[in-house]
Amino acid sequence: MRGIISYGTYLPHRRLDRSTIAAVAGTGGGKGSRTVASYDEDTTTLGVEAARRTLRATDARPGALWFSTVTPAYVDKTNATAVHAALRLPADVIAADFGGAVRSGVAALRSALAGGPPALVVTADVRTGLPGSADEAAGGDAAAALLVGDDADGPVIAEVLGAGTATDEFLDRWRTPGDDRSKQWEEKFGETRYVPLAQQAFAAALAAAGLEADQVDRLVVAGTHGRANKAAAKKVGVAADKVVDDLAGTVGNPGAAQPALLLASALDTAAPGQVVVLLTLADGADAVVLRTTEAIAAFQTAATVAEQVAGGAPLPYGKFLAWRGFLTPEPPRRPEPARPSASAAGRSEDWKFGFVGSRDRTTGAIHLPPARVSMEGGAVDDMEPVPMADVPGTVVTYTIDKLVYSPSPPVVFAIVDFDGGGRAPVELTDVDPTAVRIGDRVEMTFRRLFTADGIHNYFWKARPLGDAATTAEPTDPGTEA
Amino acid sequence: MASHGIKDRVAIVGMGCTPFREHWDKGVDDLALEASNEAFAAAGIDKDDVDAYWLGTAQSGMSGITLARALQLQGKPVTRVENYCATGSEALRQAAYAVASGAYDVAMAVGVEKVKDSGYQGLNAFPIPNDGTTRTLTAAGSFSMVAPAYAAKYGVPMEDLKRTLARIASKNHHNGARNPRAQFRREMSVEQICAMPNVAGDLSVFDCAGVADGSAAAIVVRAEDAHRYTDHPIYIKALSFVAGNGSGLVDPDYDYTWFPEIAACAADAYHQAGVTDPSARIAMAEVHDCFTPTELVLMEDLGFSERGTAWRDIEAGRFDLDGELPVNPDGGLKSFGHPVGASGLRMMFEAWLQLRGEAPEDRTISSIGGDRNLALTHNLGGYPGEMVSFISILGPTQD
Repeated sequence: MRGIISYGTYLPHRRLDRSTIAAVAGTGGGKGSRTVASYDEDTTTLGVEAARRTLRATDARPGALWFSTVTPAYVDKTNATAVHAALRLPADVIAADFGGAVRSGVAALRSALAGGPPALVVTADVRTGLPGSADEAAGGDAAAALLVGDDADGPVIAEVLGAGTATDEFLDRWRTPGDDRSKQWEEKFGETRYVPLAQQAFAAALAAAGLEADQVDRLVVAGTHGRANKAAAKKVGVAADKVVDDLAGTVGNPGAAQPALLLASALDTAAPGQVVVLLTLADGADAVVLRTTEAIAAFQTAATVAEQVAGGAPLPYGKFLAWRGFLTPEPPRRPEPARPSASAAGRSEDWKFGFVGSRDRTTGAIHLPPARVSMEGGAVDDMEPVPMADVPGTVVTYTIDKLVYSPSPPVVFAIVDFDGGGRAPVELTDVDPTAVRIGDRVEMTFRRLFTADGIHNYFWKARPLGDAATTAEPTDPGTEA
Repeated sequence: MASHGIKDRVAIVGMGCTPFREHWDKGVDDLALEASNEAFAAAGIDKDDVDAYWLGTAQSGMSGITLARALQLQGKPVTRVENYCATGSEALRQAAYAVASGAYDVAMAVGVEKVKDSGYQGLNAFPIPNDGTTRTLTAAGSFSMVAPAYAAKYGVPMEDLKRTLARIASKNHHNGARNPRAQFRREMSVEQICAMPNVAGDLSVFDCAGVADGSAAAIVVRAEDAHRYTDHPIYIKALSFVAGNGSGLVDPDYDYTWFPEIAACAADAYHQAGVTDPSARIAMAEVHDCFTPTELVLMEDLGFSERGTAWRDIEAGRFDLDGELPVNPDGGLKSFGHPVGASGLRMMFEAWLQLRGEAPEDRTISSIGGDRNLALTHNLGGYPGEMVSFISILGPTQD
């Protein structure tokens, strides 16, 4: 039996209220809100967070990591290897990108379901468009990961019963590499092509599963064409009340991450023995039929999609534009950071990507970063690695630095003592600067500190534990003095 | 093994100090030359009479050639030293030890920094290639973290502590206003300072040292030779240095309300000088007031105040110019700005003036008398949790 062993989702902290767009852009916007990746997040960091949650919920470990996004942090260089490093997976686990097209998200899942070692499918996207555009308002930023394998690898919570595909070449949505937005052909053309393809794939998958449409308990429809998605949901013969919310009003459409995110959302509330169909419309159609098992009753995800939708904090539209590069505010008049050294980063891979320190075997003193010589007792080369990424901590003291360079000033910085020992001075993120206090509880999150010479400097920051501590808008204090 | 010190074996016989300014029209060479010439004149010698030179500069030049070229020194040993913001003090320390060892008769320390050519405000360290995980924070941000930790530990309301910090700045501006070499010569009231917006934590720009170019220099000889050069030499009682191991950044036992490196440095300095009760012997102190919380904590680390009580002593005026123990009578980093390589020697220059009775009348301290005739200079570099500390103790007579 092959299927889904675990999953995890990640919605970034910030939300853009679509009604705030038109006042600035002159057009666009709409109802509801969308999720927004922070200035220090990209598809790689989003993917790391979803993947961490996926592996935290199971003891099973992947033999392959497939990372899919439309907006990779790098091309030429693989992004999946950074996710691999942050998860501290062994070197014999292959990590590769499925990139470029929205369809690559579901393709990575199909590939994993086809067999082989347990595969961690990580999908992430940061979606936007020109200010005032439909894509800007309708897009969303999110990541979702699925650990796919056989029941020998770990308890399968949703078994694959069958799958179907209908591939076709036509032009509905496209983007030239390097462009910061997509373009779309007249909507009706795409709709007329997509709906029959969706029906075809859906029918093929149900046939492979030996099921009829009325046996489907939950229908998840994902895809790049909102109208076609809705039309397809109506045409395939599944009752409207079984169609899973596409989160358009709260998250937006997170591109390559949408299929896995919506599937996860359906699994969050699924009971054992339910038939869930994932139907994805992207340059053709793909359908996957799953049935939840008894194991799903005992499965605990780190945070459900609904819980994350309910959390978060609003982001002013101006900040959104700045974070996405459509508005360039004056930076602090300080030197920009130098690019990180590849060789130095290579030597400290486990620290930089995995947040792994060292513990003195004799005194127990934890060193962050790892050290060879102990600060207590003087032992040399007698330390063991101590992974700290999942250890919560407490703010000992803190500051808000309006002078230092940051891609989005001010820098909120704290001295954090970790539960069970260890201290690190770290930047805080997803936080209202005015709300930080000594004693605040924080957890670590993988972020991009800055980019210099095209090199993304990944490292860890701390954020309020459980994403519940702050609800205020990020303040934007002046730096003049 | 022991730190013996060189008490009363080496004397300062000449000093110079440029005005600390935004010297748009002067380079490193000009500043070093100006301070050096003043020191040569004070000692009544010229550059050829100096046997060896130490140049302190953090990032305004590499190698001894920076000074040898500026002064056109012929065939002299010139060593450039760097030890964070204690660089100027370190130059003096090396020169003094060279003389004490007998290797040279006359040695000179020149500290200089040309900060204002960077195009940026503040001090900016040149980047050493690294893995990108070192923290990114200004010095102001780092030191600002002391204030909330201190307030929480000692139960001082933050509003009250902020007033105390403003009082430190106000005191130093009061003193600097009476010093023609200082960069900022305007008095600032506590109310004015408290009204400024925060730039880092609870600190406003008026809680931060200024930024300036400058240079200062000192000539040292063996104590027995001192009177050949001046009637009023200043004797070195102690030179102490501690480089921290950075454990405050990783050790949860450190609470950000004190600087262990400085407490250790002070203990060593007092031991070298034979000082058992600092209050009974120290008549003035020049301390590293890079940020106002630093000066607050230093009063305790240097043993001037009991732990948790410095804020009360500050409010009581104990460290004012006319107080029992004047701190930063020249105006401190607050009024002078902080040309890194020069600051440590600038502090000693004030001790040189006050102990020799050469400070201008409106800045002359009245705390010197009897056994209370020593000056302490304290110079630190780095950040809370990871710093270097230097302390000198100087006196007008040999014990």
